[in-house]
Amino acid sequence: MRNSTLAASPQDSSQKSKDFPISLGPFFHTATSTKSIMWTVSAALAPAALAGVYYFGPRALITILISIATALLSEFGYQKLVKKPVSLGDGSAFLTGLLLAMNIPASCPVYVPIIGSFTAIVLAKQLFGGLGYTIFNPALVGRAVVMASFPRELTTWTAPLSWHTAIDGITKASPLGILKTEGYQAVVNHFGSTSSMYWNMLIGNRGGCLGETCSLALIAGGLFLLARGIISWHIPLTYLSVFALMAFTFGGSHPFSGDALFGILAGGILLGAFFMATDYVTSPMSWQGKLIFGAGCGILAFLIRTWSGYPEGVMFSILIMNCFNPLIDRAFVKKPFGAGYNG
Amino acid sequence: MNNSKSPVSSKKLTYTFKGGIHPCDSKSLAEDKLIEQFSPKTVRIPLSQHIGAPATSLVKPGDIVTRGQLIGSAAGMISAPIHSSITGTVKAMVSVHLPNGRKVPAIEIEESAGAVYQNYEPQSDYATTSADELRKIVADSGIVGLGGATFPTVVKLAPNSEKTVDTILINAAECEPYLTADYRLILEQPEQFITGITLLLTIFAGARCIIGIEDNKPTAIDMIKKHISGHESSISLAILPVKYPQGAEKMLIKAATGRVVPAGKLPLEVGVSVHNVGTVVAIYEAVVCNKPLIDRIVTISGEGIQRPANIRVPIGTSVADLLAACGGLKATTSRLVAGGPMMGFALANANTVIIKGTSGILALTDKKSPQLNKSGPCIRCGRCMRACPMNLRPADFGLYGDREDWKAVKELGAINCFECGCCVYVCPSNRPLVHYVKIAKTIKDEKK
Repeated sequence: MRNSTLAASPQDSSQKSKDFPISLGPFFHTATSTKSIMWTVSAALAPAALAGVYYFGPRALITILISIATALLSEFGYQKLVKKPVSLGDGSAFLTGLLLAMNIPASCPVYVPIIGSFTAIVLAKQLFGGLGYTIFNPALVGRAVVMASFPRELTTWTAPLSWHTAIDGITKASPLGILKTEGYQAVVNHFGSTSSMYWNMLIGNRGGCLGETCSLALIAGGLFLLARGIISWHIPLTYLSVFALMAFTFGGSHPFSGDALFGILAGGILLGAFFMATDYVTSPMSWQGKLIFGAGCGILAFLIRTWSGYPEGVMFSILIMNCFNPLIDRAFVKKPFGAGYNG
Repeated sequence: MNNSKSPVSSKKLTYTFKGGIHPCDSKSLAEDKLIEQFSPKTVRIPLSQHIGAPATSLVKPGDIVTRGQLIGSAAGMISAPIHSSITGTVKAMVSVHLPNGRKVPAIEIEESAGAVYQNYEPQSDYATTSADELRKIVADSGIVGLGGATFPTVVKLAPNSEKTVDTILINAAECEPYLTADYRLILEQPEQFITGITLLLTIFAGARCIIGIEDNKPTAIDMIKKHISGHESSISLAILPVKYPQGAEKMLIKAATGRVVPAGKLPLEVGVSVHNVGTVVAIYEAVVCNKPLIDRIVTISGEGIQRPANIRVPIGTSVADLLAACGGLKATTSRLVAGGPMMGFALANANTVIIKGTSGILALTDKKSPQLNKSGPCIRCGRCMRACPMNLRPADFGLYGDREDWKAVKELGAINCFECGCCVYVCPSNRPLVHYVKIAKTIKDEKK
């Protein structure tokens, strides 16, 4: 509402005309909003997603679009159904859909991203109370459900760049899959040499989930989020460094001979450490809590990869640490300024 | 724990406080505007302008009063007398809305035609005035903290048998965006400012004085440096990094002296007495010029004001008159605020008056102060927690406030919150965190 007539009648003490809005301060606010955060994270994921489309072809793009569309529709449908305000604009459903697509193979049948996204939004997010009230990372819950339901579809990888040759359906094992079944040397042989292995895993030229293969793009996106202050260094650094330490110490044929770099570049740990373990809602708020959370993820990811039946452990490591999040947060409540001082 | 650190010299200070924010300071609008004088035809002087008991009216309609005359006497230990700010006739006993919305009784005075004012000239005998006499002058002059809290100054100056004040801290931080009243005072009345400090040093014999100022005011810093030469043994300057809320009492004490005021206690607990620049100049005027607190410097600013200004305004002046004197509001004005944009009060209209605690009147526009009517859910990003200078976890206030569990909000430490607004400033979901704290503080402890 405007009131430009004040100057004209300054002495009129009964200004009934147009009042300015009354509210409690502060009247200044940062430009950062939930919406801007969600879209910034989505933008940071874009390079890795595009790399996925480059390596795995139009099929990858279709998977991404279906996953996002399902997420948006599920959110819209649920909120309409229970008569909650529709909040598609905040970008959180979009982000969940994108994350889910990046965590499944590009060649998945279309029902996999549909079921995964629907589960993520309705079961893991809305039924828990919607944005802000989730206990588990929604995209990872969606992935866990499709993983349990369609194990074969979730472990069938398209060979990178095979779509150029127009021979559809060339499958290729992921580095972690080869590691699990045939051992480290087989992975090196698969790529030809150690340096070729590192290089191809760095640029994303390997089998794997849609958005997890291009390590360079994921690191760039993660650094972008760090630089923008969207995420802090605590979780990614502890996650990656504790995992690397474990992999180096226990990952080889004898102690202190493991290939930590391989462990970081293979699988989805970069995607997990920068984009999923850092989910605000399901990770601790205090920096001490973040360190514990990240370290716990690192340890669990290594344990699951090495000694469980699964080749990859990132998803479960984060989901398990999500359980401890409320407990961790409660442990690090600061004392108010001046508490404990007695003058 | 013990926090009695050794006194800090004027060496480079490395102290600061945790948390805080960096809003755009927007001071360029008014910082170069010389202090003008405003003379209203009518004033409405509220009897309750300070923290504590309202003053008792000493006049009735029809009385002739002169500028500086006592018209309301202090009622109780924590209270302050009220003086007429103009010469004229008492028209009526009215009620006005204070900038914070409270409705209080006020005395309406109309200036008599051709009223002549003598300047308050310095008297020369202040150097010999004793501490007790100084305290009495401060009390009788109705001086309260002009930073906004309006705590009666004499209470802060009172002798205390248990705690000795060894440090007088002058709050020159003026950390709220837009406000430049203290800054202009330092630039235009530096002698009075420094003399005011020496009066405080007389009251607290043996104490030293630190002037705390933010490093975004280099001109004022140079001015102070020039004028404290010769006083180096007792007055030093603490140049602090710009950060809101640097001017909050406890934050300033921590930043300038390294001392931590115990939670729930006053600065006296650590031997510090904090006074605002405007208050110090008011003390000077009261002691040296026999001038009671009848006016104050008000910054009129904001993108919505035609002519930003710093004005010496008689207490009780209508805000509408003042805005008119500044050319009125632009059509883009979307919000009117008394005080700073962080801790000030939104005004529905200009139908309120300037009181002792009004540091500014701001006309804000949508561009700088968007109307954020909708708040979203907490996404637990932790920004509020990192911004809180009091180490609180405002997100939790929101969690329990949503359920109207005010008892829980209190137990989470809402009482320690001084409502600086940093948490709301940074909250990406625009959650009403300070609002919940304000409600929780008003709830009586337990009713079964």
